[in-house]
Amino acid sequence: MSYARIVWAHLQKDLRLEWRSKDAINGMLFFSLLVVVLFSFAFDPTMAVSRQIAGGILWVALLFASTTALNQTWTRELRHQVLDAQRMAPSPASALFLAKVLANFLFVTMIQVVLGPLFIIFYNLHALGQGWLMALVLPLGTLALVVNGTFFAALSLRTRNREMLLPLILFPVSIPALLAMVQSTTGILTGEFDPGLWMRMLAGYDIIFLTLCLLLFETILNAE
Amino acid sequence: MPPAANAIELHEVSKLYGAFAALRKVTAEFRAGLSYVILGPNGAGKSTLLRNLAGLTRPSFGTVTLLGTVEIAAVRSRIGYLGHDSMLYDELTALENLRYSARLYEEESLPAGRWTPEQSLEVVGLDPGLDRPVGKFSQGMRQRASLARVLMARPELLLLDEPFSNVDLASSAQMLRVLNQMRAAGNTILLTTHQPDLARPIADCFCTMQEGQIVSMEYFERADRGAAFHASEEPRA
Repeated sequence: MSYARIVWAHLQKDLRLEWRSKDAINGMLFFSLLVVVLFSFAFDPTMAVSRQIAGGILWVALLFASTTALNQTWTRELRHQVLDAQRMAPSPASALFLAKVLANFLFVTMIQVVLGPLFIIFYNLHALGQGWLMALVLPLGTLALVVNGTFFAALSLRTRNREMLLPLILFPVSIPALLAMVQSTTGILTGEFDPGLWMRMLAGYDIIFLTLCLLLFETILNAE
Repeated sequence: MPPAANAIELHEVSKLYGAFAALRKVTAEFRAGLSYVILGPNGAGKSTLLRNLAGLTRPSFGTVTLLGTVEIAAVRSRIGYLGHDSMLYDELTALENLRYSARLYEEESLPAGRWTPEQSLEVVGLDPGLDRPVGKFSQGMRQRASLARVLMARPELLLLDEPFSNVDLASSAQMLRVLNQMRAAGNTILLTTHQPDLARPIADCFCTMQEGQIVSMEYFERADRGAAFHASEEPRA
């Protein structure tokens, strides 16, 4: 059986579970909407200020929101010892991880689809740079969030305060990626500088962390 | 009749959780094709023993040889493990759970006579067409669905941790019928329980554990097996 088929089996299961429970999507959606709306009312920024701060607000909202979903990613597998069944299955552990990353990527992307138009309206945004580059920055940034988040959620799985622990580990590790996401977005919105360097940095971060996490996941999964 | 090959060999196996020894220098052999019912009070080490055999935890000391190898990962597809819990997703139907599980097994690693998810559910007396999610199953149905998941790959070695707990008599009887078929087909079964009378019909040996050690292994002669042996082994812990 090919690796891709096993990844697809895991992914299909995760999508089906989410479709039925809507645990991750609902939590993320309400949380990110609240952050965007609250910041908009709290600062009431002008159009120029909006362009400067929008990148930060967008990515911090997504980071916080995705943390709520990432915390649930593995909790679902712990319920009824399903994770033990996963560990017993003679299929590669990295396929399970990759499927979780893809599922979380899709969930966060769905949130972005809803959040994006609202964000533009609330902050009265109009990109002065090359707006189409956001089509690259958003998936690259989302991948950085979900790869690390999925991995560190698995790492903190067997701890008592896992919901507390995940942000404590995830946020510091995500700082380089967050910086690249925010700077790229600000560069695109203001047109004041070329976001290319930040985008390359983000792509490099994605490649390095995805590779590392795929290699280390089996050890994490079987840790006692 | 010569003794059957051993499905499991434990040599000086200990499992420590901090200062607590859940298993203490357990040395034992479990013969292939027999059903072992493991008895003992709570905390005797029954579940820890099964989790070590399933490869879900590693012994702190000692060696476990399973189906002729110490590399448990290499024989995972030949082992079926049923834990305390159902190991099924509540949101999915029994058939969806089993179909997902089946897709994680490589075709070539499975025996030719393996069951499809539908067949496996029928074997345990569940309707494959039932569109109710497992979360809405009774405990008995859930356990049977869980057993169906384990049986699907027709594992040579079945490790069942208290499969009859909180299960009504009808469901227990159904599960026993299936296990008896598996036993008759030559599969090795290790089953922990607090209900020895319930498990007696399928037992070839009562194995008693206390404080992390196997203190007795009492084999019975079984008319339906045709042969055999009658022995009572001294503890080798």
